[in-house]
Amino acid sequence: MITLPYLVAGWLFLVGCYGLVTSRNLVHTVACLTVAQSATYVLLLAVGFRAGATAPVFADVPVGTRVVDPVVQALSLTDIVVSATVTAVLLALTVQIYKRHGTVNPDELRALQD
Amino acid sequence: MTRRSRLVLFVIVAPVFAALFFLAAQGLPSFGSEFHPYGDRAVEMATGQRATANVVSSVNFDQRAIDTLGEEFILFGSVIGTIVLLRPAPEERETGLRSAGRVLPTTRLAGYLLLPVSVLVGLYVIAHGQLSPGGGFQGGVVLATGWHLLYVAGRYTALRRAASPTVLEIAESVGAAAYAAIGLAGLVIGGAFLVNFLPTGRLNDLLSGGTVPLLNGAVGVAVAAAIVLLLSGFLEQEVVLRQTEEPLAGSSISTEEPLAGSSMVADDAEQR
Repeated sequence: MITLPYLVAGWLFLVGCYGLVTSRNLVHTVACLTVAQSATYVLLLAVGFRAGATAPVFADVPVGTRVVDPVVQALSLTDIVVSATVTAVLLALTVQIYKRHGTVNPDELRALQD
Repeated sequence: MTRRSRLVLFVIVAPVFAALFFLAAQGLPSFGSEFHPYGDRAVEMATGQRATANVVSSVNFDQRAIDTLGEEFILFGSVIGTIVLLRPAPEERETGLRSAGRVLPTTRLAGYLLLPVSVLVGLYVIAHGQLSPGGGFQGGVVLATGWHLLYVAGRYTALRRAASPTVLEIAESVGAAAYAAIGLAGLVIGGAFLVNFLPTGRLNDLLSGGTVPLLNGAVGVAVAAAIVLLLSGFLEQEVVLRQTEEPLAGSSISTEEPLAGSSMVADDAEQR
């Protein structure tokens, strides 16, 4: 029973969350969110792994070859696209916050709290 | 919430999550196990009836094509969101392009040489999505990054002239709409939305997989346009837009902060 790769995903998620919590710069916050989200790629691909199997592409291996799970790989692709688009929107927000408030330190953004 | 209280909350919650996650991981099938019921069925379906050598493409654009439709529109929505967020504020104006600075001749040469190569690779990756690793999303990103080699080569004006935002917005919408249209064609011809209604051909032929290559093409156009739009939105902030000295009256959201902020931005610009 090997669970280490799953635990790596949990660790990545927590490291990303720690960065989110302690961040002093919104660009850094966005990067930490990406780290936390990359935990899901690791988890998905770990779930789909099959020992000694190859990629689920039958261009140069005969049909019937043992391959890893293609469903979770497709899910990871969706995951990556969503992650990239969310990052773009958040960075655009950060640009506008800097223009409006002259700071990207979340603790100095008092206007959001009032 | 202050930084300190966030940290306290994290210290309380993180061990709980870690413990629960550890227990949950024990319940998962062992890493590398043979137990992949969905994967086995997806492989069987893709290599048999659907004749799509790249099973991941078959899952994305055939077996679970409706999920990819959702993904496509997430991308669409986020591009619209980013463009709206990055539109010029009332107190900003478009200045002429600032000079690109000095671009090393070798950088320029590398940009020009790599541009056709990366565009070709991007098109190849999109066109062979049903056969080899890749597809519309990956190829679209390669195309868009290749396109920005022009920026690296110091030809930002050429970049803007060759692909105006209007053209890109239309291309992105057409790509997304084509995906939905292929789905509707499936509804009319095959009786279900996004059903694979074209003949699937032989495994490993270029024209195999039925609608998979078509959907890959639609996604490729949409993604390439979307990424160029996103990047140009951010590039414009840096290269084209400049804040005027005096923010227009009434344009600020609250009274004091924006003034302080905008003067800081102006200072920053002067320093540059």
